[in-house]
Amino acid sequence: MTTAAGELTAELRGFRKVQRLAYECAEAVAAQLKPGVTEREAARMQRTWLRERGVRDWFHLPFAWFGDRTAFVNFRVPLQFFPTDRPLEPGMPFILDMAPLYEGCTADIGYSGSLGVNPVQNRLMDDLEAHRELILREVRERRPLREIYEDVDRLMARQGYANRHRAYPFGVIAHKVDRVPERRWSPHVFGFGTRSLKGLAADALHGHREGWSPLWSPYRFSDHPPQPGLWAVEPHLGFRGTGAKFEEILVVTDSADPEQSAFWLDDDLPHVRRWAEDK
Amino acid sequence: MTLPAGVRERRVRTGGVELCVAELGDPSGPTVVLVHGYPDSKEVWSEVASRLADHFHVVLYDVRGHGRSTAPRPLRGGFTLEKLTDDFLAVADAVSPDRPVHLVGHDWGSVQAWEFTTVRRTEGRIASFTSMSGPSLDHFGHWINKRVRRPTPRRVGQLLGQGAKSWYVYLLQTPVLPELAWRGPLGTYWPRILERLEKVPGGGYPTSSLPTDAAHGVWLYRDNVRTRLRRPRTDAYAHAPVQLITPLGDAFLSENLFDDLEHWVPQLARRTIPARHWVPRSRPDQLAAWISQFVTSVEGGRPDAVKATGKYADRFGGQLVLVTGAGSGIGRATAFAFAEAGARVVAVDRDAEAAVRTAELSRLLGAPEAWAETVDVSDEQAMEKLAEKVAAEYGVVDVLVNNAGIGLSGSFFDTAPKDWKKVLDINLWGVIHGCRLFGKQMADRAQGGHIVNTASAAAYQPSKALPAYSTSKAAVLMLSECLRAELAGQGIGVTAVCPGFVNTNITSTARFAGVDAAEEKRLQKRTARLYGLRNYPPEKVADAILRAVARNEAVVPVTPEARGAHLMSRFTPRVLRAIARLEPPL
Ligand SMILES: NC(=O)c1ccc[n+]([C@@H]2O[C@H](COP(=O)([O-])OP(=O)(O)OC[C@H]3O[C@@H](n4cnc5c(N)ncnc54)[C@H](O)[C@@H]3O)[C@@H](O)[C@H]2O)c1
Repeated sequence: MTTAAGELTAELRGFRKVQRLAYECAEAVAAQLKPGVTEREAARMQRTWLRERGVRDWFHLPFAWFGDRTAFVNFRVPLQFFPTDRPLEPGMPFILDMAPLYEGCTADIGYSGSLGVNPVQNRLMDDLEAHRELILREVRERRPLREIYEDVDRLMARQGYANRHRAYPFGVIAHKVDRVPERRWSPHVFGFGTRSLKGLAADALHGHREGWSPLWSPYRFSDHPPQPGLWAVEPHLGFRGTGAKFEEILVVTDSADPEQSAFWLDDDLPHVRRWAEDK
Repeated sequence: MTLPAGVRERRVRTGGVELCVAELGDPSGPTVVLVHGYPDSKEVWSEVASRLADHFHVVLYDVRGHGRSTAPRPLRGGFTLEKLTDDFLAVADAVSPDRPVHLVGHDWGSVQAWEFTTVRRTEGRIASFTSMSGPSLDHFGHWINKRVRRPTPRRVGQLLGQGAKSWYVYLLQTPVLPELAWRGPLGTYWPRILERLEKVPGGGYPTSSLPTDAAHGVWLYRDNVRTRLRRPRTDAYAHAPVQLITPLGDAFLSENLFDDLEHWVPQLARRTIPARHWVPRSRPDQLAAWISQFVTSVEGGRPDAVKATGKYADRFGGQLVLVTGAGSGIGRATAFAFAEAGARVVAVDRDAEAAVRTAELSRLLGAPEAWAETVDVSDEQAMEKLAEKVAAEYGVVDVLVNNAGIGLSGSFFDTAPKDWKKVLDINLWGVIHGCRLFGKQMADRAQGGHIVNTASAAAYQPSKALPAYSTSKAAVLMLSECLRAELAGQGIGVTAVCPGFVNTNITSTARFAGVDAAEEKRLQKRTARLYGLRNYPPEKVADAILRAVARNEAVVPVTPEARGAHLMSRFTPRVLRAIARLEPPL
């Protein structure tokens, strides 16, 4: 999917563009957060920002989680993921999560931060770096997704954290994303774009016949090597009342060259820059 | 008990009496004024004062009519809170003319100090107040009124409860008799009563002035209680940060008395301690630590710094907690939960890196201090060295959690002697060493404490697949019960925790006897997945452990299956025996 010179194909450039747009949105909204802003308001700020820049459709509508909701404390039903009226307070951790569609390409990103200093949140962000490295390394080794999932779990446990992506539907750490044809009418169910869901469902059906799944889970249906395509990967650490994650696209190809067989779509993202600066 | 060497005495004249004032420590440091209760004299503080003297300028005085201070003439009307406030101001002006002082009061000393802290004329003279076992009479008056005026069943219960605890207050209101009793038999027997009922250690306290102190002090009640309770002041708001220390076993005051305190005190930190009324005698280490921490944080301009966020912060804040096997799973989660409650944590594990990690994260969570120690709990000498080091460098452990343990599965005949040895060495001997060494330090200190041993539901649920592990855990359970009986009289609690299936790393490290390495790997993976599906988090076990310590519970089954099996072991043991014969689903 990349040219010999290591440049991205036009299609990947499209995905990178929307992913960058989404991270820009996250940074812009994060900079506007102040005490008293609610999750609903933060979600609306993301929506408005992206709409103003031409986003018309979503894989899912933006989410915002504040305080111990960043670690999904006491989440039991999926409805609890939706933004609430909880106001942000000084020192509180937060996560913004959005999945805009733009020019037919999907992004699905997660941005974690805190309002002012939060040493625990800070530490979680530092410790996410090892997960980004581990996932890439093991995907390049073509290890079964289920085993990579378990290795991420083990690394989290060693770090002293709990796996919070387990709280997502099907406990997935990642899911496939694809091009979605742009239409004027784009209905949503429970915040998810129907056309994107249709895409996932079609993939699931297709994969089911071939023995793979578009969902990267701890279950047997993920007991297969990484499937070429784009994966939105989101390791989510939880530590008592604080959660942190990143979410970004991992490109998997069928190239024999390990470097080309898998790579992060973009290395110029806020969390990656942060780790580089710390060095 | 006399005051420690190096004490400086002076006499302060005020309002017709002469007060005996003692000072210790560096006068240029922050001044801490200790006020004693009834029937006591300033010597009640001797243990606390000597511990505080290393850091502060410590001042104690005999309340008028007590110890070596003179009594007012006549006695009646000589002990009003107004006069006691005059005394305090005179002492404060003498010992710390330029800086406000930190007040500490116990019993009637605390009742007085509440008055000092809530009247306007002392504003600017008090930097902080640590209160134990003595309410503000005004707050108490409002507390009663609120319950009398709107008597819900609960409120009536609270009223009756406190009413029953105040029997002695009514007695003291009768004329002459109390004086006669104190100067007669009660004065003679009082020290023994204190030792027996109140668990106050002997050692020369109370002093010989007791009969006179007690006879004079009766007027504290007669001059104040009725008038104040009938017409409590409505403006009794504290003008300094207050730390409230509540002994949970106090025979004279119920905890509910302080329910509404936030209304009166803008900056309130709460502490609870499992002890009886005379904490200055029975728990001097803990009091000195809490007073130091509070005074230091107020001096540093952060009176709320003591506020850890955890649920049991009032109980465990500043305590020293040692957890073995703290590098993973239940032990690590337990260390974190104590850290969140503001405890100081010693994380012990044979895996050095994991222990360091636990200590690091504990500090992030709110532990004022946390250390990692790399020790194998089955190594007797290493444990002895650890115990020495901890006592010398960190102090006597308040809560010990013997949690390190390993899993071993396989039929009895597949289990080789060396497997048996290993599992017993860690699971049983590790616990024995911990109890022997750290429990001994606790018992010698004689100021209470708590030991938690991690047993398992396997301690009462037999299984043909886990003979060695279950045996080791049954032994831990019985050891805990025996030790609990032995230490009960010394205020040291012992708890056996029986978790059930908890999603930790134990499944990946458990040994499977009688199979080759490849099969063992497969079985480990399989169990790990099963426990993963069950997905009971170690954090919940940690919560159960903190709760068990706070409530001093004996045996604590945690997960529903552990609780179910525990019930069955008592009522339908045959069912458990039938389950024991099943092949585990591996
Ligand atoms: N996980 C469960 O389902 C379960 C159920 C019942 C009882 N338990 C008991 O709980 C305790 C903790 O187990 P866990 O599940 O957290 O396991 P774990 O394997 O996650 O953690 C145990 C920790 O103890 C340490 N350790 C092991 N042997 C040691 C030794 N000799 N000296 C010092 N440290 C040592 C290990 O390095 C590890 O960090 C054990 O006693 C276990 O038997 C666990």
